Amino acid sequence: MERVLASEKKFVDKLKTYLLFAGPTTLVFATVIILPFLFGIYLTFTNWDGLSKAYVFVSFSNYQKVLQDAAFWTSFLRTVKYVFYTVVLVNSLGFALAYALTGNKVLGQNLLRTGFFVPNLIGGIILGLVWRFIFSNVLVYLGRTLNIGFLSYSWLANPTKALWTLVIVSVWQYSGYMMIIFIAGLSNIPRELIEAATIDGATGFQRLRTIILPLMVPAFIVTVFLTIQRGFMVYDVNLALTNGGPFKTTELISMFVYEKAFLAQQYGVGQAQAFLLFVLVAAISLTQVYFTKKLEVEA
Amino acid sequence: MKALRRFASLVRHVALYALFLVYLSPFFLVLLNSFKSRREIISNPFGFPPEWSLQNFITAFQRMGFVPAFLNSLVITVFSVIGIAVFSAMTAYLFVRTDWRINKVMFFAMVASMLIPFQAIMIPLVRIYGSLGMLNSRWSLVYMYLGFGSSFAVFLYHGFIKSIPKELEEAAMIDGCSRLQVFFRVVFPLLRSTTLSLIILNVLWIWNDFLLPSLVLISANNRTLPLTTFHFHGTYSSDYGLLMASLMLTILPVIIFYVALQQHIIRGVMEGAIKA
Repeated sequence: MERVLASEKKFVDKLKTYLLFAGPTTLVFATVIILPFLFGIYLTFTNWDGLSKAYVFVSFSNYQKVLQDAAFWTSFLRTVKYVFYTVVLVNSLGFALAYALTGNKVLGQNLLRTGFFVPNLIGGIILGLVWRFIFSNVLVYLGRTLNIGFLSYSWLANPTKALWTLVIVSVWQYSGYMMIIFIAGLSNIPRELIEAATIDGATGFQRLRTIILPLMVPAFIVTVFLTIQRGFMVYDVNLALTNGGPFKTTELISMFVYEKAFLAQQYGVGQAQAFLLFVLVAAISLTQVYFTKKLEVEA
Repeated sequence: MKALRRFASLVRHVALYALFLVYLSPFFLVLLNSFKSRREIISNPFGFPPEWSLQNFITAFQRMGFVPAFLNSLVITVFSVIGIAVFSAMTAYLFVRTDWRINKVMFFAMVASMLIPFQAIMIPLVRIYGSLGMLNSRWSLVYMYLGFGSSFAVFLYHGFIKSIPKELEEAAMIDGCSRLQVFFRVVFPLLRSTTLSLIILNVLWIWNDFLLPSLVLISANNRTLPLTTFHFHGTYSSDYGLLMASLMLTILPVIIFYVALQQHIIRGVMEGAIKA
């Protein structure tokens, strides 16, 4: 292994080689990720307002403010609710689509897969704008012409329904993406296993419950992880579809942090929120991976 | 039994194609209404336009400033994507082929950093680059994309380069190639399929990204396509025909990209997701 690259003996030679191959990456990684990350932690202990040159060290008071800020926790719990429904619906629908589109003979299988995947090609801002039109015009028109009560007014203007528009759009957006991951997982299941079970008289449902689902646990670890991460960090669709309204009832945590920092100019508090959010989401994701890993079985 | 199975298959087809139409209906509705006037859209969003006129597209194309926005997106995406691929492949190559301690530290830091969401560093990022006067430039944005994209790319290449036998490289070195030549002539071509997957994932990410460019690109003439479309919708919020046309104009380049690289895109997503 050492013959090709590690012929360097002297430190200077090693350094040259390192800088030649990994220099640019190290520089951008250090200045775009590491430096802001560390400086961000420092910021949470200051009262910087974004304008003044000087700012004061305020110890833990920003964190204290965040912990006592009812609006932050309202927004956080609203996001938890949104993430919960999104995770459940995206993964069940994504798996159902993948299951229906593998193995069985379905006419136009590729066309269907492509169609379900298409929303993932387009940015959240554009998807949000598309759905704003659907919710505020098309569905209202349908509801009024066909006399469907719950559609006859715009959900975007209704404080109890607006959050569901975000769930609906996210499910529509991500189920096709997760479907692709599930298809990859399903096509890795050994055929003999399914055939043996069929010969032993297992029904379709039994095969699904006792063989396929346990073997799909690794795929679910990935898809649930991705859905949780994206769910907590959603911003584009939130901005373009509801912009937090009506009356802030759909302001998810990412938008809340953005407004605190860039609109209310409370950078120290905003960064403390952002950092706390990162810790919470990392804890939730790692707990999820830890517990779902226990469900894994050997094929 | 056979009749039952055929019936089940029929039900499955009907359900799948119904869902397929539901999934795509938002796009069809936008397309249909992009040919209509505001009055026609409000009176019936499902009705066909009296005439298929391209007037909305022409007006939207001019008023939103489609060409400069498209070129901004193109320049930013192309340079970021190529930069990420080349630099990350070189880095991953060094990390796999030498066992220096700094490699392990860097690799671990990069993999761990993939857990950090963008929101956790956006405020200090804007603060640092703002105080250096580096905001409002497309090249600063490219620089930041190199930073945000390299961890995953190094990780992806690292996994693949490990499986390449090093005999090929040794042969090339004996033939007198320098280390850099070995990399570009022997190793990088072998990484073609990984590079293609990576490029596809990064194009979809950077082309569609909103939050980072909205923080970095302040003046209107630097804006990317998603930013321009969003601002256009803020300005002409009630002129539905124009809004629908602008959405179609923004969606069209991605659809062309997709049609051209269809199989690769699905494979790229699979590889990316499984590695992640």
